[in-house]
Amino acid sequence: MRVGTAKQRGRALQATDISRPDYFHKVVDCQWACPAHTPVPEYIRLIADRRYTDAYMINWKSNVFPGILGRTCDRPCEPACRRGRVEEEPVAICRLKRVAADNKSDITALLPKVAPSNGKKIACIGAGPASLTVARDLAPLGYEVHVYDGDKKAGGMIRSQIPRFRLPEEVIDEEVSYITALGPVMHLQQRVDSLKSLLSEGYDAIFVGTGAPRGRDLDLPGRKEAAANIHIGIDWLSNVSFEHINKIGKRVIVLGGGNTAMDCCRTARRLGGEDVKVIVRSGFEEMKASPWEKEDAIGEDIPILNYLVPKAFIHEGGRLTGMTFEKVKAEKDAKGRRQLVPTGEPDQHFACDDVLVAVGQENAFPWIERDIGMQFDKWDMPVVGQETMQSSIPNVFFGGDAAFGPKNIIWAVAHGHAAAVSIDMFLNGQDIAVRPAPGVTVISQKMGIHEWSYDNDVANDKRFKVPHRDKAQALKDVKAEVELGFDQTLGFKEAQRCLNCDVQTVFTAKVCIECDACVDICPMDCITFTEDADEAELRTQLKAPALNLGQDLYVADGLPTGRVMVKDEDVCLHCGLCAERCPTGAWDMQKYLIDITQAGPKCRTR
Amino acid sequence: MTYIVKPKLHHPSLPKNGLGFTRRDYEGRISTLCAGCGHDSISAAIIQACWELSIQPHRLAKISGIGCSSKTPDYFLSQSHGFNSVHGRMPSVLTGANLANRDLIYLGVSGDGDSASIGLGQFAHSIRRGVNMSYIVENNGVYGLTKGQFSATSDKGSKSKKGIENTESGIDLVALALQLGATYVGRSFSGDKDQLVPLIKGALSHHGPAFLDVISPCVAFNNHAGSTKSFDYVREHNEAVNRLDVILGRTPITTEYKAGELREVTQHDGSVLRLRKLSEDYDPTNRIAAANYLQERHAEGEIVTGLLYVDPEATDLHDRLGTTTTPLNQLGGGTLTPGAEALAKINAGLR
Repeated sequence: MRVGTAKQRGRALQATDISRPDYFHKVVDCQWACPAHTPVPEYIRLIADRRYTDAYMINWKSNVFPGILGRTCDRPCEPACRRGRVEEEPVAICRLKRVAADNKSDITALLPKVAPSNGKKIACIGAGPASLTVARDLAPLGYEVHVYDGDKKAGGMIRSQIPRFRLPEEVIDEEVSYITALGPVMHLQQRVDSLKSLLSEGYDAIFVGTGAPRGRDLDLPGRKEAAANIHIGIDWLSNVSFEHINKIGKRVIVLGGGNTAMDCCRTARRLGGEDVKVIVRSGFEEMKASPWEKEDAIGEDIPILNYLVPKAFIHEGGRLTGMTFEKVKAEKDAKGRRQLVPTGEPDQHFACDDVLVAVGQENAFPWIERDIGMQFDKWDMPVVGQETMQSSIPNVFFGGDAAFGPKNIIWAVAHGHAAAVSIDMFLNGQDIAVRPAPGVTVISQKMGIHEWSYDNDVANDKRFKVPHRDKAQALKDVKAEVELGFDQTLGFKEAQRCLNCDVQTVFTAKVCIECDACVDICPMDCITFTEDADEAELRTQLKAPALNLGQDLYVADGLPTGRVMVKDEDVCLHCGLCAERCPTGAWDMQKYLIDITQAGPKCRTR
Repeated sequence: MTYIVKPKLHHPSLPKNGLGFTRRDYEGRISTLCAGCGHDSISAAIIQACWELSIQPHRLAKISGIGCSSKTPDYFLSQSHGFNSVHGRMPSVLTGANLANRDLIYLGVSGDGDSASIGLGQFAHSIRRGVNMSYIVENNGVYGLTKGQFSATSDKGSKSKKGIENTESGIDLVALALQLGATYVGRSFSGDKDQLVPLIKGALSHHGPAFLDVISPCVAFNNHAGSTKSFDYVREHNEAVNRLDVILGRTPITTEYKAGELREVTQHDGSVLRLRKLSEDYDPTNRIAAANYLQERHAEGEIVTGLLYVDPEATDLHDRLGTTTTPLNQLGGGTLTPGAEALAKINAGLR
């Protein structure tokens, strides 16, 4: 290999530009996957350090409801977690969030100080997670925020639809109070019936965060006759939450495969349901419910029956006695689309006393007049900007389920932040289409020759299970929280499983002597020095093939031999051994703290 | 050095060899050598070679002397036999072990100090006796453990880290090994595993004394301008004569080669060394030509690497002595110590 200094060297075909904030942000899979981009590894390290309050505040800034989300989040971060790719299961990120919330001290002194009034008025319609996020972001900046809601207490679906055995009311009260303490004017029990009249009240901007409040019904034979024992899932759940309903029949069928259905069946078990079953149209695997929620339901002796399409409600003398279902199977049609086709077997009948219908939710905007200039699409949904959250009326913004249909709490929070940024920029005369870049803080972790300011020793533990309340006890009381949460010891151990993916391997080609020390030590075969090629080719000529196309290659040129350094980010443990074994400091471990810009001076400095 | 244990987690696609082991199963403890040491790359190459050959770890003995290089057997093949012997005495210990149990694969690991200074005699005699072994010298041209004095393999005229010029002639261990009768001789570079791994595989599967001189830059004391064993210097002056593939059993050629580009050497045991020629007229089975070529290129300041010489009909010490084919530990007590009567008979036969 005669590759001297004389060799003509051009730029590599695709040297990675690590100055783009998105490059290393993407490596932090959990943070990238989180709609609110919570800096997960940063707060997990603080939990391991028993700095629960600091860990809580990092969460509070990003996702506003750490205690609530630490129990109820849909956790898009966990399937993304790198630990799941290098071992069996991801870090229990969601439940670690709860550890921070459970163990923090008083945070009132850490809440933002409210700036003097800036003379601008904002209305938030609905007091759910999206609106409360907007209020939290804008109230401290001096905006006069008015929050309207039809219910007695703020919280929206968090309070009305999530069963108490998953989320105690004190947690909701506490986290809502941190927002109301910032001084928004709360107009509770005041449902907004007309956007037109609200628009005429002189608000500088209006945020619509009214959720997806209408549960879908099933119009089948017998629906009318047996109506007394057929309940719409979300309405029934909110009636249970507000203690209007405290019992149900012994035999209950829950229709639907989403998380609402899981909440319905588990609630029914606690209100007297002994034979509760969930029946879904499609397969068990295709259900929308989170795997852990299905697991919890099955753990409470609730069978989930699949490939059964509801056909009729059977009633006798005006009383529901059961339901019939058509048996189906999944087949691919000519175009390869999955379809449910009848198996031809006789219909199946299940006897029951009550049916809970949890087959989806819909948006409903009967209170928005169609003559005020707002554009609606063919599904009768308002036209809303994906990033700006702005409607076709420039000072009206949407967020949460109201914007793009039913999602979840963490998406509602993300929408709230985005809408708050838009409102703040809009009212300061800036172009809201140009979104603010995130703040990036880069800190080298090097402390000594082989000492780092993060714990680089990778823990070998498998994922720890969250302790549960005794089943018999849990089923007795609809308010008894099932999950007991990690205690501090378990929390520490689980936190140690985090790979610190925000501590990045940063390569400086000009000091590299190509000694191969990093290649030899890397436990995951991530690093290769090779001839330059285009990405598709590079992916095959690495020490271990880089087959996960969702993960980037880090390519650096400018090496003495003219080769390129290629690092596959996919399964890097961030253990720092490459940097420890590097004789010249060409590798360094640098923490990239990515801070999504929220409403305030930072978002309007351009 | 590194304080943490190398994580046990490995790449999900990490392949297994014929024995069901991954490459990671051939590792040893974490290295305590300086970061960037060429020796660590050689350890990695040994691990790779043993994994590729599906060597059963308990069928291999790694024997070393004293020095940075001789520490390295701790960093690979932790399931194998090991003997960290006295300075320069690895060849004796290896020879003894080999005589006692001829069935193991013997890997001698040494350095330029261990083999070219204090152990030069040991080196010479183990080679000329034809011990069946793979003798690897991790050659960095300095005494690293004592902070960088010139070693006996330092080239005349090369400069120390402080700028002092070496006035003494360097020993070329490859030239010596050729002259002393090694039947497999190669030179390589720690920074070129593509070349090094097949050479180690070839050495491990060769029947006879196999010698590899691996230039291994000392990052701490011998990787500066003026050194002839630095990464930059070796890369600039590396003159590879061929590229090797080692084939155990008969596998068809999958890559297309131009006529005359490929040369196959079938060894006595049926293993095939497939050489892709890089130098037109180089014949790796001609000992005299190899020695001449080596001298010529050395005079030009070039470092000749590759498989420099192989004798396909090589024999070893056991063949020459006609020793028993059974390892001594498998012979019964009666055979090993036949008693006073047998001794008396032998003595009588010598009177």
